[in-house]
Amino acid sequence: MKNIKVLGTGCANCQNTLKLIDDVARAKGVAVQLEKIEDLQQIMIHGVMSTPGVVINGKVVHAGGVPTRAKVESWF
Amino acid sequence: MTALTDTSHSPRRPPWGWLGVSFIAWIAAYASLVPFADAAIALLGLTRQTHLGEAVHFFFYDTPKVLLLLTGIVFLMGVVHTFVSPERTRALLSGKRLGVGNVMAASLGVITPFCSCSAVPLFIGFLSAGVPLGVTFSFLISAPMVNEVALALLFGLFGWKVAGLYLALGLTVAITAGLVIGKLGMERHLEDWVRAMQASQSADYVGEEMHWAGRIDAGVAHVRDIVGKVWPWVLAGIGVGAVIHGYVPQDFMASIMGKDAPWWSLPAAVLIGVPMYSNAAGILPVVEALIGKGAALGTVLAFMMSVIALSLPEMIILRKVLKLPLIATFAGVVALGILIVGYVFNAVL
Repeated sequence: MKNIKVLGTGCANCQNTLKLIDDVARAKGVAVQLEKIEDLQQIMIHGVMSTPGVVINGKVVHAGGVPTRAKVESWF
Repeated sequence: MTALTDTSHSPRRPPWGWLGVSFIAWIAAYASLVPFADAAIALLGLTRQTHLGEAVHFFFYDTPKVLLLLTGIVFLMGVVHTFVSPERTRALLSGKRLGVGNVMAASLGVITPFCSCSAVPLFIGFLSAGVPLGVTFSFLISAPMVNEVALALLFGLFGWKVAGLYLALGLTVAITAGLVIGKLGMERHLEDWVRAMQASQSADYVGEEMHWAGRIDAGVAHVRDIVGKVWPWVLAGIGVGAVIHGYVPQDFMASIMGKDAPWWSLPAAVLIGVPMYSNAAGILPVVEALIGKGAALGTVLAFMMSVIALSLPEMIILRKVLKLPLIATFAGVVALGILIVGYVFNAVL
């Protein structure tokens, strides 16, 4: 199972990103463990500067802005 | 444009035709602003000789004009943003010394995509890659204050000279304030965990490959995002502006905020602006109306800068990474800079 973390301090874009990933995962029927990371120190450990960032199994795959649906689909 | 169509590896042909048609439509719309406003009040059976007619005319002229300018400039900036990511800016600034570094940081702050919600991660990200504290501050001051929305609106409402002056003076404040903070050696006032991260990472930058089709998409997405978010503010602001324009007597503001107002009117305007939080779109139309009634440009622009650049919510977020003396210095230095800019504006214009 994929572990997906959305990094962000709680702005609207972070919520949208979380929802988008959840939608796509459901549509594709992929089981994921989705987490929202709001703690600054935790975010900075991943080296992400522009939020929202997305981390899959410990690897940063996206940073800065809501990803496009096509990009999210390519992760599954 | 033929020179730009070399996208042989592009997965998709850039929509140049569509872009050309939009550009022509934009020019045509901009050229017919006055006839449009005249027609709108004629249709409502009003004339510009009445208070109501004047206010309504102001509204129907300014709204499309500001929205058109905003759309055009925000689209261009969306495209520019695809060339300068925060990561790239950080790599450029890493290890730069005070001085040159501050000038570069303030300039890059204008064109780097920036969202106030990621100001703090950006701040730490810069420091962790070895960007000096003073240089980081120059970026953080310039990025929100001298942004494309503020410049587009100033350009639309007051012309290119005022927009240019705002750009130059905004950069001056950001560069000088960053230099001062850097010279004061305030690194010890960073929160401990942030200090531990200073210069701990490399600033290596690997850009995502991008084609013109993608850049144009990014421009459109930026317009949808920004204009979609600020248009109610613009409407509300112009609405308030229209009322002031039509009903408040000429020179009403002159004694309070005009050139001959007492010296303390400028510091008072800045002080009132600091705890307030709004964006350029919300505050500018009001600014225009105040100036129309005799308020001095420097006083009003200083007020606007302090509303955009310094805000209470921002201070509270910054408290997570900065200790109080550093926040106080930051606010103090920026407020002082804005104050000087205000006096210069009033003296020059």
